[in-house]
Amino acid sequence: MTATEHTPPPTGGRPEEPAQPAEPAARTPLPGLGFLREPGKLFILALTVLRAIFRRPFQFREFVEQFWFIASVTILPAALVSIPFGAVIALQVGSLASQISAQSFTGAASVLVNIQQASPLIVALLISGAAGSAICADLGSRTIREELDAMEVMGVSPIQRLVVPRVLATVCVAVLLNGMVSVVGTLGGYFFNVVLQDGTPGAYLASFSALAQLPDLYISEIKALIFGFIAGIVASYRGLNPRGGPKGVGDAVNQSVVITFLLLFFVNMVLTGIYLQLVPPKGA
Amino acid sequence: MGIEVAVSGLTKSFGSKNIWQDITLTLPAGEVSVMLGPSGTGKTVFLKSLIGLVKPERGSVLVDGVDMVRSRERDIYEARKTFGLMFQDGALFGSMNLFDNIAFPLREHTRKKESEIRRIVMERLEMVGLVGDEEKLPGEISGGMRKRAGLARALVLDPQIILCDEPDSGLDPVRTAYTSQLLIDLNAQIDATMLIVTHNLDIAATVPDNMGMLFRRHLVTFGPREVLLTSEEPVVAQFLSGSRTGPIGMSEEKDAATLAREADSAALGPLNAVTRRLVPQLEPTPGLPERQAVRRRRERVVNMLDELPPAARRAIEADLPQNLAPLPQRTSTVRQRSQERP
Repeated sequence: MTATEHTPPPTGGRPEEPAQPAEPAARTPLPGLGFLREPGKLFILALTVLRAIFRRPFQFREFVEQFWFIASVTILPAALVSIPFGAVIALQVGSLASQISAQSFTGAASVLVNIQQASPLIVALLISGAAGSAICADLGSRTIREELDAMEVMGVSPIQRLVVPRVLATVCVAVLLNGMVSVVGTLGGYFFNVVLQDGTPGAYLASFSALAQLPDLYISEIKALIFGFIAGIVASYRGLNPRGGPKGVGDAVNQSVVITFLLLFFVNMVLTGIYLQLVPPKGA
Repeated sequence: MGIEVAVSGLTKSFGSKNIWQDITLTLPAGEVSVMLGPSGTGKTVFLKSLIGLVKPERGSVLVDGVDMVRSRERDIYEARKTFGLMFQDGALFGSMNLFDNIAFPLREHTRKKESEIRRIVMERLEMVGLVGDEEKLPGEISGGMRKRAGLARALVLDPQIILCDEPDSGLDPVRTAYTSQLLIDLNAQIDATMLIVTHNLDIAATVPDNMGMLFRRHLVTFGPREVLLTSEEPVVAQFLSGSRTGPIGMSEEKDAATLAREADSAALGPLNAVTRRLVPQLEPTPGLPERQAVRRRRERVVNMLDELPPAARRAIEADLPQNLAPLPQRTSTVRQRSQERP
């Protein structure tokens, strides 16, 4: 190291820019693939989180706190949303079924729709709307205040310390909440069909047990698990990468909810398609 | 003893905007270095790339065998435990009080008992003068206090490399002087390698053993403090005298027209009157151990004396204690100069 080694020519004027060495051509990405950058980063975060889940030490305290928080902001809205939702499905299916004289199948249809489709989606929308937005805002404001940088500097991985407990909490709450929403939605459907549409309780239950099967519940819980994971990852990803300043955090929250919704409905379609192909319907 | 940080060929761009390129320097183990530079020259980015928060495209930062740019993430995390970084505004965790903030690294990385943690944290709080405020939240204290709390947190794991990002910004002159003294005392006590990024002239003049300066995407120079403090380099001279005459303008670079006009007109304003002289370096508070870095640096500087510019040589020789043998007079700087300009 010498003091004069780096001294540019001592002229008062603008020092000449050294010629930029040419970038290696192999690293140049194909044009038009830029839109894959963000999804790619999202995917990397998802994989990193999956790996970090099994790395010790597990942040148990943070997990419990997050779990409690997410559960407390989602349980009541989920229950309140699922009752009318179950009712709407029951009423719609009931009126349609009565037109084609298939009232006895109302139970099966509304329960299957409820468990397989409505319940995981309600759960995911609430998790991403209530919990995901909070996670995203929290991580986002920590990022712009350099708290996460500080954490990394202290040799603590923010992914392991903050993101993993949050994602696990959203997943667990989603799976458990899904059970509750299924029950409440089914009860709501039953109530509206039997009490308001003069359906027979016997036919409702009989058709239900004739057509519904256990894999319907499995796929419902699998969906809830995957949706919860997506909601947690997207919220964390947008929270970790806000674009500059408090306004950026607001935008990030907004985007995280919108992106989660889009992803959820797409993934739901894919999962439903796979399920219908793989699992033979009962009685077919 | 601190760890040496060897930076070579470091280049960083954000998008197409180049921040700085080809920075090569070595932070000598256990010594205090200062990186100067006008606002917006990427000093903070440089600091963050030393610790691996920012990944430069080219070059390496070697710390104890780990390249903070390209090594495996796990090694980098491990290496970071030897660092303490004081952020510009403290970067405290807003949801924790000061005590928990400062205890955070201990709780994450050590298995110390709570009583032990309390002892260490209170010790550090006393060091930065925050005893009595440990229950407060970061939002409830002033910027200067946040900064000091950030320093306390950076110190809690007894780091071997301490990086300070503008320890003076937002502090009054008296507190800045105290902070300077604190940094020197720290160096005497734990003999850590330190890098301070600042544009405060008092800190630059009194604290460091070595100084560097960033300007226009380049490292202008890096070397013993005497080199910069006696430098006739226009950029350095302008910066250290706080004058408006010179290559540094309000926007980062003056354009050629402004410079030409300036050359014709009379010198700008009274600020030019400030003359620079070499003030002595701060000593540790009496009662603390001698700074071992001083002795090491003296040997190092004496060995490289031939390569230094004459002004710096004279300054160093004047500073050398009498008990060291007088150095042979040589005129090698002339040769050095001629090598520079083929």
